[in-house]
Amino acid sequence: MATITIGIMDPPYESANTPTAFRLVEAAIRKGHNVNVFCYEGATALGYAGQKQHPNAVHGMTLEEEDHPNPKEWVKSLLAFATEKNVKLVWCNCGLCVDERGVENQVEGTCRGSPVDAWKYCEASDGVLMIGTQ
Amino acid sequence: MARYLSIIDSAYRATIEEQDDTAVWFTHAMKNGGADISILLRGDAVNYAVLNQDAKGLRFGSRAVKGPDMVRDVKAVIDKKVPLYVVSDDLAERGIQPSQLIPGIEQVQRSAIPKLLENHDRVLTW
Repeated sequence: MATITIGIMDPPYESANTPTAFRLVEAAIRKGHNVNVFCYEGATALGYAGQKQHPNAVHGMTLEEEDHPNPKEWVKSLLAFATEKNVKLVWCNCGLCVDERGVENQVEGTCRGSPVDAWKYCEASDGVLMIGTQ
Repeated sequence: MARYLSIIDSAYRATIEEQDDTAVWFTHAMKNGGADISILLRGDAVNYAVLNQDAKGLRFGSRAVKGPDMVRDVKAVIDKKVPLYVVSDDLAERGIQPSQLIPGIEQVQRSAIPKLLENHDRVLTW
């Protein structure tokens, strides 16, 4: 079992980097590895609890039919998945980035940290991947 | 009323989370509101014109992700009488054959884009 650290920067609903990062985290958990996720800048909104689903008139779908994905649900699902797989998933948000964006209300199981915490995660990891925004 | 041309170049940027392409969606919403609007797919976005795309099967833990249905969305704008053009040079560069395209899409050569621009009053680029 290894420990990896993945950094994410993109905000929700902006980049294919986001589902790619989630896929990598999911795959690592599925293979039994511990994962530290450090969300920086816009990515701190991924776990924002205030995200809401909506109907989609252009698709002709009700709220239930559209079942619009909110990344906060993906975060919750991955935290539950890690527990199920008996591995550790840390989902840490840059605290200053959270405050700047007013996204303090996060889903349960996430935490606040700083670049120093990110560095500590990296130091304790077998592998590190920073998915920077472009 | 002004004629709009929506030029879409960016492709599959946030389609997993949005369950659509936001530029196609925005254009469709404008049409629903009464706008006179066309779409030009260029660059990587020409792949939106391809039949049999399938983004299903993704899940994060127990949470299944529906993903986009670009074929549905492209067919929907065509059904709404939104003229939909695709740059044939960009199709060829990507090895996409005309037989792979959703019916109702008109191919234009890259050299014909200036003429297309001339035929519209306002251009939205995405």
